[in-house]
This record gives sequence, structure tokens and C-alpha cells, in this order.
Amino acid sequence: MEIRFLSCAVFVCSAAYFTFAQADTAPGDVEINAISIDKPLTDVAGDPANGKKIFINRKQGNCLACHANSDMKDQLFHGEVGPSLDGAGTRWQEDHLRTILVNAKAVFGDQTVMPGFYSLEVGADVRKDLIGKTILQAQDIEDLVAYLSTLK
Amino acid sequence: MHFTNNKTLFTLIGIALCVTASATPVDEVLVIDEELEMTTRVQAVEGHPISEIYSGWHYRTPETRALEADSFANPGMLGVEQGEEIWHTVEGSEGKSCASCHDDAAVSMKGVGANYPKWDEKTQRPKNIEAQINSCRVENMGAEPYKFDKGGQKPLTAYIKNQSLGMPVELDLSEGEMQSWWEKGKETYYLRTGQLNLSCASCHEQNHGKHIRADHLSQGNVNGFPTYRLKQNKLISLHNRFRGCIRDTRAEFPDAFSDVLMGLEVYTTWRGTGLSVETPAVRQ
Repeated sequence: MEIRFLSCAVFVCSAAYFTFAQADTAPGDVEINAISIDKPLTDVAGDPANGKKIFINRKQGNCLACHANSDMKDQLFHGEVGPSLDGAGTRWQEDHLRTILVNAKAVFGDQTVMPGFYSLEVGADVRKDLIGKTILQAQDIEDLVAYLSTLK
Repeated sequence: MHFTNNKTLFTLIGIALCVTASATPVDEVLVIDEELEMTTRVQAVEGHPISEIYSGWHYRTPETRALEADSFANPGMLGVEQGEEIWHTVEGSEGKSCASCHDDAAVSMKGVGANYPKWDEKTQRPKNIEAQINSCRVENMGAEPYKFDKGGQKPLTAYIKNQSLGMPVELDLSEGEMQSWWEKGKETYYLRTGQLNLSCASCHEQNHGKHIRADHLSQGNVNGFPTYRLKQNKLISLHNRFRGCIRDTRAEFPDAFSDVLMGLEVYTTWRGTGLSVETPAVRQ
């Protein structure tokens, strides 16, 4: 009985997760007004602690590859390709940060080298297993927005 | 709202950031074995988007730079020595070695590596050193062609290019259809690829001199290939590096010696016009 109850609970949880995933705004449906994305991409509030991890992780955001950030002085190498993100939370509003992360070209123009992390506007010959996929997931973007907003 | 909803403003800021990009190659001179002064910085050839070009040597650590300055310490020289052995080794049905026809490489190959790729009438495409070696093997030696990066391809290419050490890179784009291959290569250079949506230019033209995490971005000049890469502990061919860079943009990458990469070899070699041949260069 206990086992049956447990599997039921797991089923309910995964169903709930599925519903959440469905509520995420798909990359092609994100509405950008000038340089703003007003509506969060998911129903779950961004988690700044997880955002910080994504910022560092080479297989996720790897933001540190191009941007220095004094909030993580324990990390050895900080990039210089983009501007330092010290004070990013003061310089930018959340809706702007969200746009920059989703598709930086919408804010900085086509010449920027910053990838669009939740965009299907990608380069030529995308690796076959990545076709139709974005670099980050909707919730990752929200977590990063939450983290960057703490950089005052 | 703190910011004006004016995309142009941000575009302008973006352009301003690009223009003020500060290149920080070290201000030093590469002298090999205290006798051969190398040209590692030179005014760019006409039509080049960067005014002064630098060898990747300027972007490496003092330790790495010192390795290249001493041919005894340069680990790539082991490959060159291996190439010298191959030069004298008889292979194939005709009983010939490279030396059977070309004799002393120090004389016959001097300058060759500085002027390749060259136009090849027979195949109607540019021919690099690797392709020239394979033609010789098949047509003159009766031997099997080397597969990409296999057999003696890298060491023999390094040996041949090393005979031009210190000589300035210069291509003849007036031969055959070299100019149209240059054009194709230029398109490839500026083509953004992969999920990360980056071109060669994104890093090596717009951002050279800056760090991308631990790596110091160079101008991507190819005058030192095959290059000894400390990261991989071996000689790395130019087409291997092309493929690695394209792969890192999360794209499918072209075959070695394909039309796309031959065009890119012509174009990137041209961008390094005037730099000394450094083969085997030492990089991180």
C-alpha cells in the first residue's frame, strides 16, 4: 500500500512539473517590446542562488567567460569580452535584463557577440542534436534575472 | 523607466565598446636561438580590417613564449625531427623518398611554406602543403596518400614549413582562381555558426587582446601551424584547429581540406601576410 501511495505521489508530482513546463513561454512566443520583456517566462519566481551557479557553470550560462563579476572573487578567471557586471542590478531593470539574456541582439544590435540564451535566432549549421533547442531553459533565465538584480 | 526605449542608443553603445577594445599583446621581440629575429608584428596588408597584426606569440605567457624562442626547448621540434626522418624514408612502389627528388630540404623547401596555399591547375583548387605531399606520394612515389592528421602528415608538413622559419608569409592571389577562394574564405570567416552564433571575427577580430575566461584571445593568425599546443601535448594541424573552433560554437563542422576550410586557409593565411613563418609555434 505504501509503495502504491508513493508511486501515486511521484505521478502527481511529475504531472505538476509537466504543467509548469507547459506554462513556460516558448522561445518563439516571447514578446519583446522595444528592449523590455515585461512578463516573466515562467510562473516560478527566479532563484538568485541558482542564478549565481548558472552564471559560473561552463556548461550552462558560463557568463563569467566574458564578464567580470566582483561578487565571485573566489572564481579564478573572469572574462573581458563584455562589460563587468558589477552594479548590473542598478543599471538595468529586470525587464531589460530579461531581454538581454533572452536575445541580446534585441538590445545591443546585430553586431553584439553575446549569444541569445533563450532564442532560436542562432548561427548556421547548428549541431544536429541542438537544433530547435535554446542554450538555457526559461527558468534558468528567470534565475539569472533574479541573481543579476542583486548586483547593486 | 530609467532608460529610453531607443534601440539605436544601445546599438551605438555596443559599437563604441567594440571600437575602444584595447588589444594587449606584449611588447617583446621573438628571437629564436638568440640569432633569428622574427617578424611577429607588422603593418597589415592593404584591405585588412586591422591596421597592425600580431602573431599569437604576443598573447601567450612568458613561459610559453620562452619555449618558442629556444628550438631545443620547443617541444614541436621533435615533430620536425620526425618529419626529417620521413623526408629520407623510401616508401611506395617507385622506391623513392622525398629526398630522392628534392634532395636537401634546407635548399629545395626554403620559402615553400611561406607561399602556400598555391593554385593547382590540375585540381582547379588551392593546394596546401598537406595536399602537395599527398600528390607527391601518389603520383611520384606510388605510395598511399596520408589521411587527415594521420601517418606522417603533421610532422612532414611541420618539417617542410620549418625550412621557411623567419620568412614572411606571402600568397599570390593572382594565380588561377585564388581570388575567388579568398572571397569564399572571407565569407566563412564572417559567418556566424552554431547555437552560440559566433564567427571567427567575433573573437579574433572584434575581441583580440581580451580574455575569454582563462584564454587570451589572439588575432587568429595561422603563420605558426602546425603548432605545438601545450593543452593537447602535440602538434596540431591548421584544419584541426579550424574544426575545433567551429565545433566550440556548437555547430556541425566541415571536413578537413573541404572547399570551405581550404577557402578559410587561403583567407586566414592572407590575413597574416608579412608575419614570419613560425612553424612549429608553441601555444597554450
